Amino acid sequence: MNVHDILFWVFSIVMLACGALVIFSRNPVTSAMFLILLFFFMAGLFVLLEAFFLAAIQVLVYAGAVMVLFLFVIMLLNIKASERRKFNVLAVIGGLGVAVAFVWELAVVLRRPVQSLTTGAGEFQGGLQDVVRPLFTKYMLPFEVTALLLLVSMIGVVLLSKKDLR
Amino acid sequence: MTSAITLNDYLAISGLLFALGIAGVIIRRNVLVIYMALEMNLNAANLALVAFSKFNKLPEGQILVFFIIAIAAAEVAVGLAIIVALFRRNQTVSVDDLKTMRL
Repeated sequence: MNVHDILFWVFSIVMLACGALVIFSRNPVTSAMFLILLFFFMAGLFVLLEAFFLAAIQVLVYAGAVMVLFLFVIMLLNIKASERRKFNVLAVIGGLGVAVAFVWELAVVLRRPVQSLTTGAGEFQGGLQDVVRPLFTKYMLPFEVTALLLLVSMIGVVLLSKKDLR
Repeated sequence: MTSAITLNDYLAISGLLFALGIAGVIIRRNVLVIYMALEMNLNAANLALVAFSKFNKLPEGQILVFFIIAIAAAEVAVGLAIIVALFRRNQTVSVDDLKTMRL
């Protein structure tokens, strides 16, 4: 067992523990903090998968921008009264049931190695150039459409945030 | 130095995180926490895509994850604006109190 394997198990187990704490902590601010931690460990897994660019983007965009937005809204709304509410028994049973069914299905599928999925046919070695160059050649149109989508969502947010919606 | 971690291990971790996200969406009553659980689901899918990209030696998985992260950022901004508008109108973030569309 080398360093790579040990780091994989440490990152994975701590990440799943953070995920459980996001769901089961009472205070939304605590949930948000554990979600930030989860994003950092996910970035660690991306580094192990040699996706260094995505690890940096994960930390910058998710742990930086998105979670700051989340914390800002949580503190803006100042939700304290709704914390005391009990869990809905039916929802807890349903949620755990769906999760257990999903994990069971996953265990059945992953029991055997998915040979047919790993052809290993490509030439990609994990370099930054090989990831970024197709963005400006082969996938130019989706890239530009994403830029347009960001503009549209920005206009939508400004409209939604106006005091009197007409 | 060869690693003993296979694609199956990454897919199992990704699936477990996705199951946690689904459970969170169904169990929790707070709209903001439901939204965080949805973000967890997106990240689980990202992990599976990056793992496929690594083990198939194709860059397309990482490019798709790049687009998912960009779109998730836009989606979070719009979703949180809707939540703020909802709170301004109803003074609550609990999905139990938001039942005007229930039959």
